[in-house]
Amino acid sequence: MNDKILKKSKAFFDVYERKSGSDKLTTTYCPGCGHGNLHKLIAEALIDFNAADKSIFISPVGCSVFAYYYFKTGNIQAAHGRAPAVAVGAKRAHPESIVISYQGDGDLAAIGGLEILHAANRGEGITVFFVNNAIYGMTGGQMAPTTLIGQKSMTTPRGRTLKNEGYPIKMSEIIATLEAPVYVERVMIGDAKSIRQARKAVRKALKLQIEKNAFCFIEVLSACPSNLKMDPKQGIKWVQDVLQKYYPLGVKKDISEEFERKDVSRDNFDPSQLQNILNITESKIDKGKIEQFKNNEFTHEFRIAGFGGQGVLSLGTVLSEMGMRHDYQVSWIPSYGPEMRGGTANCSVKISDKKIGSPLVANPTVLIAMNGPSLDKFENDVISGGTIVYDSSLIDRKPIRDDVNIIPIPATKMADELGTTKAANMIIIGALIKKLGILSIDVVLDSLGEVMKNKKLVELNKKALLKGIEYIKSL
Amino acid sequence: MSRGHITVNREECKGCSLCVDACPQSVLALSEKFNSHGYHPVEYLGECTGCGTCFYACPEPGALTVFKRWDLMEETAFCPRCEKENKVFREDENPEILICTSCLKPIK
Repeated sequence: MNDKILKKSKAFFDVYERKSGSDKLTTTYCPGCGHGNLHKLIAEALIDFNAADKSIFISPVGCSVFAYYYFKTGNIQAAHGRAPAVAVGAKRAHPESIVISYQGDGDLAAIGGLEILHAANRGEGITVFFVNNAIYGMTGGQMAPTTLIGQKSMTTPRGRTLKNEGYPIKMSEIIATLEAPVYVERVMIGDAKSIRQARKAVRKALKLQIEKNAFCFIEVLSACPSNLKMDPKQGIKWVQDVLQKYYPLGVKKDISEEFERKDVSRDNFDPSQLQNILNITESKIDKGKIEQFKNNEFTHEFRIAGFGGQGVLSLGTVLSEMGMRHDYQVSWIPSYGPEMRGGTANCSVKISDKKIGSPLVANPTVLIAMNGPSLDKFENDVISGGTIVYDSSLIDRKPIRDDVNIIPIPATKMADELGTTKAANMIIIGALIKKLGILSIDVVLDSLGEVMKNKKLVELNKKALLKGIEYIKSL
Repeated sequence: MSRGHITVNREECKGCSLCVDACPQSVLALSEKFNSHGYHPVEYLGECTGCGTCFYACPEPGALTVFKRWDLMEETAFCPRCEKENKVFREDENPEILICTSCLKPIK
């Protein structure tokens, strides 16, 4: 007998406990809003297909942002326009689940335009419901990409014009031109007949995900009486008489018959593969050497700056790699312009025996300035009592500060004598190791081969490193 | 007895009247009274055929409940909330629980 009763779906919460305020029985939607109708169709299908318990509903930003108040399924609320991306993540992590990406026109067709396009193009095993009411609802009736020509909105008070805003975008037709989507249909929440057709489409799309992991896209023309400044009846009439004229209903693509079930199972990932790809080998460092050397209670914050191409960033990576090999906590973040060579570059490195909260370095304990502009820019940031190391072969002025240790090294000139100016950074590392005393010289020399990507340069770099150490000794 | 029957949850109805328009039999109308949200909720006037059109026209998940074969529902029980003998149906998940067709709450 219960199949002869149309009642609130069990895929909805009985009481919307997540909703704020005292009324926890009604939705947040305005009277006559099509979201509710579509919610009901989806909820009904999920129960009929016994899929509610394994469904993940992705709420968008927009009026349906609070869909997770209502749907008694798994729920994630995505950033604006990113519902399909979040849905893809959910589906890939839980291939057995039924993932629904639900968006409005501002979310899907404007800020999320490419998000949906690429999810569709990859044929991800998700079902997308796109509610098109030709206006931004939640934010108060601004023009959407789907707003009709001549339609007045908050941001097109004289009506949308071709000249200024261009054509309303037909998402279903665009999605249907792609290879991967399996089933694309535009339906409408209008008269009884059109709602029946919408119900069929919703059920077919969800069924296709359940059975075949097929990407399906259902566009639902719907009324927004509040922002169209109409009563609910007029809203429905407008959808039928006006909106539908520009956005013709019907199946835009359907290859569901011939489509074979898509395998969405997770690839078994073996971490050792990654080690092979990245050429990571077990460290051969003698742990005893590290223990002897281990310092306690220190945090060094480095700012390393110079021209791009001077090896500024790799100076930082080698330093932090070496720190890591001493079981210290380290962080490294670069900051550079778009150029691979030339321009300015700097990086921030932290090495500490304690956990590092933020990798940002505002006031370095050690500044390594490899060119003049870097010294000019960062000299004043160094903490009192800190250290400034600078390349005296390229910088012709001395630092002005008198409250810091100053170490001039003609690193570029010394590297040139070794045969390449590119080894200047290693000379500076050698000097630093000697000066700071937080790293074991033996361990650094032993592990240089592991750290350097280009193995041919290991010997040269060792020489440069030793040269830097010798230089500090000679001071 | 009519073939179908509609129970309106007055507090969940927002008075949009889309069901009133959709009903082929014109057995729904907006009430003159308000509900606590200040909407005129819809009222069932009787003689429903059980087509279910209003249910799908209604955007609110719990505002309308349509009994398509009211004429075949025979089981009744005394609902203490409604203080009278009403037709009942059984909960989907737990058939031992009887639900009153008038207030849509379980009868203890």
